[in-house]
Amino acid sequence: MARETTASLPTGVSRRTLLAAAGVGLSSSLAGCSSVFAAEDDQVNIAGSSTVFPVTEAIGSAFSEEHPTVNVSISKTGTGGGFGNFFCAGRTDVNNASREIADAEIDQCGNNDITPLEFTVATDALTVVVNPEADWIDCLTVEELREIWRADGAERWSDINEDWPDEELELYGAATTSGTFDYFNEAVLGEDINHKSDYYATERDRTIVQGVQGSEYAMGYFGFSYYSENPDSIKAVSIDDGNGCVEPSTETAMSGEYTPLSRPLFIYVAKESLADSAVRDFARFYMERAATDLVSDVGYVPITEDQRDENLERLEEQVAEVNG
Amino acid sequence: MAADTSEAADSEFGRVSRTKDTAFRLLALAATLVGIVSLAALLANVSVDAVGWLDWDFLTSPPHPDPYEAGFLPALVGSIAIMLLIALITFPLGVGAAIYLEEYAGDGYLTKFIELNIANLAGVPSVVYGLLGLGLFVTLLDLGYGTIFVAAFTVALLILPIVIISAQEAIRSVPDSQRQASYGMGATKWQTIRNVVLPRAMPGIMTGTILALGRAIGETAPLIMIAAPTTVFGVPNSFLSKVSAMPLQIYNWSSYPETEFQYGVVAAGVVTLLVVLLSINSVAILIRNRYQQDGS
Amino acid sequence: MSQPDFSHDGARTARGTAFRYLFMLCALLSILTTVAIVATLLVDAVDFFSDVSFVEFLTGTRWSPTNEPVSFGVLPLISGTLVITVGAALVALPIGLLTAIYLSEYASERQRSYLKPALEVLAGVPTVVYGYFALVYVTPALDAFLPLSTFNALSASIMVGIMIIPMVSSISEDAMSAVPDSLRQASYGLGATKFTVSTSVVVPAALSGIFSSFILALSRAIGETMIVAIAAGQTPRLIDVTDPAGLFLNSIQTMTAAMVQIGTGDLVGQGPAYKSLFAVGLTLFVITFVMNLISEFVASRYREVYR
Repeated sequence: MARETTASLPTGVSRRTLLAAAGVGLSSSLAGCSSVFAAEDDQVNIAGSSTVFPVTEAIGSAFSEEHPTVNVSISKTGTGGGFGNFFCAGRTDVNNASREIADAEIDQCGNNDITPLEFTVATDALTVVVNPEADWIDCLTVEELREIWRADGAERWSDINEDWPDEELELYGAATTSGTFDYFNEAVLGEDINHKSDYYATERDRTIVQGVQGSEYAMGYFGFSYYSENPDSIKAVSIDDGNGCVEPSTETAMSGEYTPLSRPLFIYVAKESLADSAVRDFARFYMERAATDLVSDVGYVPITEDQRDENLERLEEQVAEVNG
Repeated sequence: MAADTSEAADSEFGRVSRTKDTAFRLLALAATLVGIVSLAALLANVSVDAVGWLDWDFLTSPPHPDPYEAGFLPALVGSIAIMLLIALITFPLGVGAAIYLEEYAGDGYLTKFIELNIANLAGVPSVVYGLLGLGLFVTLLDLGYGTIFVAAFTVALLILPIVIISAQEAIRSVPDSQRQASYGMGATKWQTIRNVVLPRAMPGIMTGTILALGRAIGETAPLIMIAAPTTVFGVPNSFLSKVSAMPLQIYNWSSYPETEFQYGVVAAGVVTLLVVLLSINSVAILIRNRYQQDGS
Repeated sequence: MSQPDFSHDGARTARGTAFRYLFMLCALLSILTTVAIVATLLVDAVDFFSDVSFVEFLTGTRWSPTNEPVSFGVLPLISGTLVITVGAALVALPIGLLTAIYLSEYASERQRSYLKPALEVLAGVPTVVYGYFALVYVTPALDAFLPLSTFNALSASIMVGIMIIPMVSSISEDAMSAVPDSLRQASYGLGATKFTVSTSVVVPAALSGIFSSFILALSRAIGETMIVAIAAGQTPRLIDVTDPAGLFLNSIQTMTAAMVQIGTGDLVGQGPAYKSLFAVGLTLFVITFVMNLISEFVASRYREVYR
């Protein structure tokens, strides 16, 4: 046994090698510190909203194909967590936001000499659709919508309005895994009311269109971008949020009239970060691509070309200020 | 064998209890197998789903919003880099703590307190370690967020108790007679530890550490809390690069609505993660088997 | 440094002492970790409790950190955690205990050498993988004969249960193996069958070890995050005693899932809503900490009895 011990002495040597490796590892990581600070320009750090994430991911993906040396990283921290812990603390260059920055957050940014620049990059809008034959309905109030989609709510059209047919509602909606579902839930039902569970849930907008096309008594909802590509086969319902019926359209969605089923999505860029060429290039690229199919492919309404030009103009002004 | 005597005395009783005995034996065997079989079925399912998705392109491409172009490379490299750094952190610290507790410390209250504390730390939920990482490394020490460095330190704290406990067991299994022999030859305590205890305990320590690393590579919740990026497009090039990891990328993809992600891309990611995990664990088993044969 | 040096006694002792303190430092790091965890949680939790009263947090029955009117009652989250833990316990405790009995009393040495590593694999699978399995395989499979929501407590708790089986079985088996063979032999001598010996002699004798394994496993279930975050949903819900089935069939929210939602989700703004993350974290830490202590205490008793 004792001889065995001496025989395994080499293990002791390899242990020393390991410790040495640990030392080398630690010192090289410290060395890495300086090298990364030197290479900081090649990094674009983004945190924030999970709603805006798909847009930023799509544009980030396209950007890194064109700029393979720039490292784009996107974290999901929620809009508030992104501003509070990362953007206003100077740790990120860009924050995804599904709401406008709050006053407290502007103050926090100001204390750390960060100037947040707001850019609208897309609109999140939902469209409620029915069969074109359903001639009794053109407009719904938010209360009626809630009654239709809440758990234990209306089951027949006549439950909502006595003049409507005494037929069962046939409902097509987003699968619970989708962001569309979350948004519809939040905007129409609120946190305390549950979404109806006996509806046809699907991830595919196409299935909803087919379902609604196929039945006179069907209703469904999905992202506006998909409706705008198929406006003839189904009928969009206007929504009355207390200020009269508003038809869903790119214009009403972006002007903010089409409530509560539309909201603007933003990114905030730290003005100070625009001194980095990588962040500058990324911001320009983002503004240009926000007006393209990249955005509608992930289910949102792209910004108009006018809006794009206005964004770009504002961006260039700020870039000139930072570098001038 | 137990029923032999009673059968002669009371055959009726013997038969009933033997039936019961067999039934119970089968029930216990079924219980033992049910978890293993369910997991095997799920693994078979996910492997079938991964077919056609898990290919060279998947392993060598960056993530992409289009499922047919989505790849796993940054997450794969990120996970391995995090794991290597975790190994460098936990191995010396874990072995050091175990040596102190087993070889130096007495049976006093301090030792008992430290050991109880380590046992408790092993039971703290991983999401809480994530908050520790966020509060300590990201906010207070301002070491950056979502870097290999911060991710590795956070998860290292999480697996350190496991490493310490397994190293303690390995050190404890070295027979005391060998220590006495070493002292008898005039060796000091440190010489005895270095030349006698550690070499004999090393296979056990390595096995324990590597198994703990397997746990580390699957941890997700702490990474979410320290805001490790859900998506990076490039491969990390230093310990301060922002890094994503395999479990985090899987978690992100599993929330994508498209069926192609849910049943294809995620399945490919899961299989990749499990294969890496399996390779790590087989290294541990190889080390154990090899040294067990040498030693006995 | 590489060769043992017997000539300089002073240097030797000095180096020995240096190493002693170095190693002690490593051991003390664990205490530092605990202190750091408590401090990190407390700093922000105290901040949170300056906005929301402690009593309201602990006794409130509505968890709605963002939607007006906001309310920070943690009870619905504790309810959700309880549902998952009970479900996991129903799966893991009987299966784990029977497994331990089989391994300790029935299995041959050879069977054990296959079964034990295979069981350990159950605990080694990353939890994000279990969560994914629950969402895309288990829920659709159960949905065929149960009215399940896409996110539900049932499949999540089954998965958590499977994950903790090895914790129950390995610690219980250790306790059963520690039961002296003389007890078994005495019982066999009286004509008992293996069934009787297992259930009436071994299990009662190992009871404290078994109990300790149960608590430890349940503590793990309480702290489990990814499985519930992926598969159990995000609906804070108080336990409704009149409808126990409904709890399992529908979406719930555990403390851990709420933490992930606050940490990543979009529903939360600044202020108390974000800080509540740390208050929930502290609650979770205290609960699991107390359970681990109890488990340690019980386990140390069985160690004293038979060792």
